[in-house]
Amino acid sequence: MTRIIKYVFYDILRTRFIIFYTAFLLVCTFAFFQLDGDFGKVVLSLMNVVLMAVPLVCVVFSTIHFFNSYEFIELMLAQPVNRRVIFLSEYIAVASSLCLAYVVGVGFPFIIYGAWQPVSTLLITGIFLTLVFVSLAFFSSVLTRDKAKAIGIALLFWFYFSLIYDGILLWVIYTFSDYPLEKLTVTLIAFNPVDLARIIMLLQLDIAALMGYTGAFYKDFFGSSLGIVFSISLLMLWVLWPVIFSMRIFSKKDL
Amino acid sequence: MRTGFVIAIIISCLSAKAAVIPVGLQERVTRIKDAVALAKPGDTLLIRPGVYREGNIILQKSLVILGESYPVLDGENQYEIFTIHADGVVIQGLKFINTGVASINDLAAIKLLESSRVRILQNKFDNTFFGIYLANSNHVWIEENQLQAEAEAEHQIGNGIHLWKCDHITIHNNRVEGHRDGIYFEFVTSSLITHNHSEGNMRYGLHFMFSHKNEYRNNTFKDNGAGVAVMYTREVTMVNNSFIHNWGPSAYGLLLKDIRDSFITGNSFAENSVGIFMEGSSRNKIQHNRFNQNGYALKLQASCDDNEIIQNNFQQNTFDLVTNGSLVLNKIEANYWDRYEGYDLNKDKTGDVPYRPISMYGTIVERMPQAILLWRSFLVLLLDRAEKAIPVLTPENLIDPLPAMRPYDFN
Amino acid sequence: MILIDKISKNFGSLSALNEVSLELKGGKSYALIGPNGSGKTTLIKSILGLVVPTSGNIQFEGKSIFNDWKYREKIGYMPQIGRYPENMRVGQLFEMMKHIRKDKIKTDEELMDAFKLYKIFDKRMHALSGGTRQKVSASLAFLFHAPVLILDEPTAGLDPVSVEILKEKIIREKRMGKLLIITSHILNDLDEIATEAVYLFEGRVQYDKSIAALKGETGESKLNRAIATLIRQRELLESVTDVEP
Repeated sequence: MTRIIKYVFYDILRTRFIIFYTAFLLVCTFAFFQLDGDFGKVVLSLMNVVLMAVPLVCVVFSTIHFFNSYEFIELMLAQPVNRRVIFLSEYIAVASSLCLAYVVGVGFPFIIYGAWQPVSTLLITGIFLTLVFVSLAFFSSVLTRDKAKAIGIALLFWFYFSLIYDGILLWVIYTFSDYPLEKLTVTLIAFNPVDLARIIMLLQLDIAALMGYTGAFYKDFFGSSLGIVFSISLLMLWVLWPVIFSMRIFSKKDL
Repeated sequence: MRTGFVIAIIISCLSAKAAVIPVGLQERVTRIKDAVALAKPGDTLLIRPGVYREGNIILQKSLVILGESYPVLDGENQYEIFTIHADGVVIQGLKFINTGVASINDLAAIKLLESSRVRILQNKFDNTFFGIYLANSNHVWIEENQLQAEAEAEHQIGNGIHLWKCDHITIHNNRVEGHRDGIYFEFVTSSLITHNHSEGNMRYGLHFMFSHKNEYRNNTFKDNGAGVAVMYTREVTMVNNSFIHNWGPSAYGLLLKDIRDSFITGNSFAENSVGIFMEGSSRNKIQHNRFNQNGYALKLQASCDDNEIIQNNFQQNTFDLVTNGSLVLNKIEANYWDRYEGYDLNKDKTGDVPYRPISMYGTIVERMPQAILLWRSFLVLLLDRAEKAIPVLTPENLIDPLPAMRPYDFN
Repeated sequence: MILIDKISKNFGSLSALNEVSLELKGGKSYALIGPNGSGKTTLIKSILGLVVPTSGNIQFEGKSIFNDWKYREKIGYMPQIGRYPENMRVGQLFEMMKHIRKDKIKTDEELMDAFKLYKIFDKRMHALSGGTRQKVSASLAFLFHAPVLILDEPTAGLDPVSVEILKEKIIREKRMGKLLIITSHILNDLDEIATEAVYLFEGRVQYDKSIAALKGETGESKLNRAIATLIRQRELLESVTDVEP
């Protein structure tokens, strides 16, 4: 398995896409540092990038990569190699190269500017979001044989979790605002990895946002060690379930 | 005020030979009550170290009561300790503990009734129901006292420094913790409140009503249950105070209700749920204040008019300004807003395009607090952008026409 | 060696394979023939486990291939279109394939040498022409001395010299007693290589006999003519009787 990972990983790193992605993140981060000397504000500006751009890049790149390596996968499958091993190798290679690009692109400027502390939350949630959306992209890739359709599904995942879901959530809050909604909203948040990541970051980076009674409830919940364990394990679930499901589909899939 | 006091001392020194009466177990007089009965006006009672359990001590003479190494006056959870009805009294260096708790009588460690020219200095108060209680008094100095209490509910505890119908009072350099209200004024006028520290009180760090023409300088109000509330008052001056981390469901850095003709300048509001909440207030000037990392920096209700909010710094607040109406009757000008994205082509350090400080999502959160959960999501970003382009929910002409490009340096 | 027992494969409503049964024996060379879309590639992919049949069973040396992958050690496969990680160098590709079968130390690099692939070892895959890719694919298929060789359109896109090199190699392998399964549109090529003909049409095995027998039956001396005659006969038969043969 390590051999296959190594080669796919090597291959991905050499494609221009990953280099562009790393450069894009580097430029963004450096630009934010140039515009604003305050580390806290840089981190908050980057938060938007992490929440929007990172998932988008992940779904598009992963889906395209999966379909571009279709023949390679076929070749591998004709070899005495377990299907799961091939699938996992592809996943690990794609996910880790995207993570690496992210860590370098965002982390490197922070090291240069000597601000390691605030960036750790940003890095961890960013890595989780990368993993989640690579999983979802792989899931959409094994659902169909059509590349365009798979990219469509993957983009739909992205669009849904970034925008539509929040719209629905806002509607729920608006409609039922007369009722105590705290527990319901916490439950609903659990069903969206982007929201989970956002809340974790809000708690670490933007405490002022969570003020007042409601805010205090969420802060008590998500800010407690139990809440952190809760949100991290939910994110893990969001990484794992698409991988497990798509591996199942993949091991029975026709190529 | 100070000159008046000095004159009073001189007069009392001249009029009689002031005697010093030591009180203590090893002394001829062992009880404070006996010493009070024995003393003539102008005498000094020197209280030796020890614990004195004498119930309620009523003082109706002009005496100086000096503690040596903080003798303890214990109210045994039953009594009020000092009830003073005399002018020219000095209470210094005593430690008061365990006054009684009563819901009908406001039992205090030191209660001052209809007195003037009294000084209460460098005392310690531990677990007192009310610490220092003044009614119908004037020209009183309350300085360098430390008041501390640990109550669990509001009804179990009184106020730290409580003033009712007083004038010309100086409250300086006291530290009040864990009471209901740290400092409470009702019908108090022409007083000066400086360098006090009010922290962790159950309700308000400072609370006053109908208390005109007072001046508050360099005080710190921190971590109080509901911050600072000032109501139904005019001509207040609040300068260089710090309102820090007053955090909670209905906590405010500063709650202004029916405040008129007042100055609020040079204050710092940091990490409060709401920096300033203004309701029914007019003709106030809010200038040169710093608003940092508050949930809402400023909540300006539509019932406010003719206020001037100028040259303040708004930095890293979740929402800078919210209001509940569409009328704009206040002047908001030349503030620094860290969210301002305009430009300054003519280099006059003022942005060339006006800034809209009202956040649309802030308005939504104001109505539905749970919506805060979506803060900083892409959806909210879009909504806020859309609203900035075409205002629908927020008043269209609420703008800062001359936003500053750089934060002001107030130091 | 390979026993295909009534396998069917449906892609949605389309039936790609319909109860195909075949016995492929070692030492023989099978030509898999049929028009486009007749199910040749699906059959090959089923043997390789790339396609999972809807029903039926495939045994490799007496063991079911489903949920097994080790049997593929004994198969060398040359796909119709060989696509590889675009940024990988040719040398790295070979190195990687060797690594994957790390227990196989001895490799057959005859074709690599014949095609002079070592000259392009530092070229990246995306820089290769279609023909060169075919050479790479062919060399990979023969690399591990696999007793079973499955070649999907092996000569397509190759220049005449390379076609001859490949053919000679295939014949040599056949003589070593290997099982060969070959599809090709160029029937003349198959004439020299194959001993058995399996004719697939619309997902069914229409014909499964030795090429010698086929030639005898149709009275043609060349395979391509024999097949053409066979197809014409079948079509005629079908249009008249509408009965399944």
